[in-house]
Amino acid sequence: MLPERLKTLLRGPLGAVSGPGSSGVTAIPASLFGGSLSKDKEKLVQRQSRGLEQFFSYIRDQVGLSILDLSGANQENVNFITNLGHKLYSEDIARGLRDAFGDENPTEQANPGRIEYFLKQNLDYEEGQFDGVLVWDSLEYMAPPLLAATVERLSRIVRPKSYLLAFFHVEEKMGAVPRYSFRIQAFNTLLFVDRGQRMPVQLFNNRSLEKLFGKFESVKFFLTREQLREVIVKR
Amino acid sequence: MSMWNKRRDDEPSKSAAPTITPRPAPPEPTPVPVVKKEATPPTMSSTPLKSPELDGPRGAATIGKAVKVNGQIVSHEDLYVDGDVEGTVELMQHKLTIGPNGKVHASAIKAREVVVLGSIQGNVEASDRIEIRKDAKLVGDIKTARIIIEDGAYFKGSIDIVKAEPKPASAPAARQQPAAQAAPASAPAAAPAAAEVKR
Repeated sequence: MLPERLKTLLRGPLGAVSGPGSSGVTAIPASLFGGSLSKDKEKLVQRQSRGLEQFFSYIRDQVGLSILDLSGANQENVNFITNLGHKLYSEDIARGLRDAFGDENPTEQANPGRIEYFLKQNLDYEEGQFDGVLVWDSLEYMAPPLLAATVERLSRIVRPKSYLLAFFHVEEKMGAVPRYSFRIQAFNTLLFVDRGQRMPVQLFNNRSLEKLFGKFESVKFFLTREQLREVIVKR
Repeated sequence: MSMWNKRRDDEPSKSAAPTITPRPAPPEPTPVPVVKKEATPPTMSSTPLKSPELDGPRGAATIGKAVKVNGQIVSHEDLYVDGDVEGTVELMQHKLTIGPNGKVHASAIKAREVVVLGSIQGNVEASDRIEIRKDAKLVGDIKTARIIIEDGAYFKGSIDIVKAEPKPASAPAARQQPAAQAAPASAPAAAPAAAEVKR
């Protein structure tokens, strides 16, 4: 049903498109890039996060750092980061994706002009400006051309030896995945606010993630109960 | 003339009757309790972020939603903006509220307290605090002592928390001394404050 170009776009770095039992990309709903598939009431799950603990272990004893949060501003994260004495920068990448590429037109994520516009609107920062970036799961919703450009931009705007914290759903879950809002509760504790379901554009295994962050110095993985892979990437 | 006077006397007595309730034991005292019941719900709002004073321009200068201002705004009193403003906004020691219809595109916004229900594009400096309410939009850099962001608000920019200066600790003490020395307790304290406001 979908054009060949869209199928190629959705295939991802490993050629994986659909989950077990699915016939292909036709199972992907129209609201693929638009957010929740269902607006269920919010579910809250609080749990330990080794990735977050690692991220803060590098910055908790310093003051006056610049931290970029890509999930949009929420009270908990703002309080936590600023109480540590850091300056927080906020970008809502999910909204930026919608604004730049629309809800139902994922092919646009391969359009160089739109990619440039997206980066200009959302990641237009000076080289080496940040001491850490909370990426959360925002990279999962990007098609390969956009993803590569975004990771390249991230590598430029963070200082050498600084860290990114990113989340990826594990490879086995090929269907819609929970869309979370991540709220920092403590150095090693996150509150997951479930905002419904969403279909990731790509799913990754360790090898594909190492390849994705090939320009960075190191990549470290932590697997969690929520079928999330927490990744600490060192610039 | 006497007829007119009589009528005037009669009219206020009718209208004042329900509020003063001087009627000796009327069989229907219901109007008074009903009025009181209507007055209580707004004061019982349990959520601090939805206090009614923030949703309207009570006691503040107002730029209505059909008004568009282009230029520099300097206010020595609280200001409620529900229209379009382009330029700079300086309230210094006062509170700026951007209403749900308000759109401010400013190179600089300075106030003691900023409450955003509409949209702001520009850098904001709030010496006390800033509140970004649900469905509000703020694109710009914030410098403030405290920040409140409701879920559903959109913010893009940086947040720089600036610790409040230690002035508040000494200022109330300085105000209390002259207030205690003066005969009326509250009036002298309010007077200098009003003078400062006007300057």
